Amino acid sequence: MSNETMTAAKDNKTLDIAAIREDFPILRRQVKGHPLVYFDNAATSQKPREVIDALVYYYTHLNANVHRGIHSLAEEATAAFEATRDAIRAFINAAHREEIIYTKGTTEGINLVAYTWGRKNLKAGDEVIISGMEHHSNIVPWQIVCEEQKAVLKVIPVNDQGELILDEYAKLLSEKTKMVAVVHVSNALGTVNPVKEIIRQAHDKGALTLIDGAQSSLHLDIDVQDLDCDFFVLSAHKMLGPTGAGALYGKKELLEAMPVFLGGGEMIKEVTFEKTTYNELPYKFEAGTPNIADFVAFKPAIDYINRLGKANIRRHEEELLDYATWNIKEIPGVKIIGEAREKASVLSFVIDGVHPQDVGILLDNKGIAVRTGHHCAEPLMNRFCIPGTIRASFAVYNTTEEIDRLMDGLKKAIKLLA
Amino acid sequence: MSETRPISEIEEEIIEEFALFDSWDDKYEYIIDLGKKLQPLDAVHKKDANKVKGCQSTVWLVADYKNGKVTYQAESDAVIVKGLISMLIRVLSGHTPDEILDADMDFINKIGMTSHLAQTRSNGLRAMVKQMKHYALAFKSLKFDV
Ligand SMILES: Cc1ncc(COP(=O)(O)O)c(C=O)c1O
Repeated sequence: MSNETMTAAKDNKTLDIAAIREDFPILRRQVKGHPLVYFDNAATSQKPREVIDALVYYYTHLNANVHRGIHSLAEEATAAFEATRDAIRAFINAAHREEIIYTKGTTEGINLVAYTWGRKNLKAGDEVIISGMEHHSNIVPWQIVCEEQKAVLKVIPVNDQGELILDEYAKLLSEKTKMVAVVHVSNALGTVNPVKEIIRQAHDKGALTLIDGAQSSLHLDIDVQDLDCDFFVLSAHKMLGPTGAGALYGKKELLEAMPVFLGGGEMIKEVTFEKTTYNELPYKFEAGTPNIADFVAFKPAIDYINRLGKANIRRHEEELLDYATWNIKEIPGVKIIGEAREKASVLSFVIDGVHPQDVGILLDNKGIAVRTGHHCAEPLMNRFCIPGTIRASFAVYNTTEEIDRLMDGLKKAIKLLA
Repeated sequence: MSETRPISEIEEEIIEEFALFDSWDDKYEYIIDLGKKLQPLDAVHKKDANKVKGCQSTVWLVADYKNGKVTYQAESDAVIVKGLISMLIRVLSGHTPDEILDADMDFINKIGMTSHLAQTRSNGLRAMVKQMKHYALAFKSLKFDV
């Protein structure tokens, strides 16, 4: 990162976006003969040079298996690999490093909880509450265990603005509720859910809580102790880091009481053919050789976010969202899907008489990357009676000039298609 | 609609038409235009059984077999897809099952469509061709049965 960027971050001033863009090599590429405009950040973010360099460095200097070897490479690789755990702990303010379980990402984290905690603790008639705006990753695992355990899945409804109806949530909660699993920020609508309040009410009924932080980790301050959530899941690739790496946070006493997930490798203490004893946290849940390089490269991503400062990132993203929202409302026939009072940098919309896919193809033809479709939230699309939306999701390296190009592209697409 | 010219000739004709366009803007404009002109599918055919799997947009495809020739009708809720369908129909409709099964459909590559559409969408295009060939295969076995 350049010095100017650093100073800007420290001073809590406006970020130097031009300097930040220099840190992301991919932003220099052309697509279909145009400079790339990348507005698919909710699907995966781009990676700064430090992250890419860390991957190369790892394979050129460190490559060894972790936790096992006695040689120098193994030790250095292990140190780098474990340093990321400390960085994640600090990033979400977990109380203990062993509360951070490495996963492939959000999806695996949720599955881990569903398969271990869920299978052990859910009994016939118990209830799990999710919300109407969940990603499939926070629906399907719960459906699977609920079916297995004869438990019941309940859904918090969503209002027309794309907010959770909390009165209805309160009605769903009862002594039967054992788990409330909700998304922090909706990938399809951008809604920021009042998770602290949701967690408090769940705890009042004695239920546990899981927060899907896939979309919030890059944009919002996360403090799992303040939230008091029991589980929190995130993915590195949505936070400027590599794919295939993520974390499950769980309260220590819960993780300790949970049965193991996958067997083999790192998760054992002692194996005989009669009996296996398991390793302690967090290794108990980390079977097999992990995705070492990507976890090593996850740390520079966290460091990068920390250097910019979440408040600064958020301020810039809010500007982008406001600018885009303001401008898109000028285009006839556009309807924004998701107008929650609290929103992260996602602009999801439909256009009268125009299929989202057609718009996506024409924007791509201009080098503008957006997402179209149901965004892995099919029940939510059904709620709004639409096949899908066009979604532009912004990150700290995006600019208002890029939004101008989006608006221009949209106007041209509509003219052709309508 | 009985097409007597060989499939390869129709493919060649489309390739030549596309060669006239200078830019992808023009190609898309043309495809969208074809899409808008595609004859709508009768509502009774728009049922789940006629949906082609593998497309982000919905595509319905039906086929008819008369006098040894297959004719296709299709529609989509997305207009670019409709334009592509219209080209596929233009190439394959009115031919015998054997001709259809033999068609390499290379014109899709040659007009640059597969490289220009994102992977998921060109998969959708492939799924459509596959489904059209399935119909041809089914009609072909029908022919042997009777
Ligand atoms: C809200 C939400 N939850 C879960 C996921 C799944 O994340 P991953 O694919 O990294 O496991 C995503 C990714 O789109 C998401 O947006």
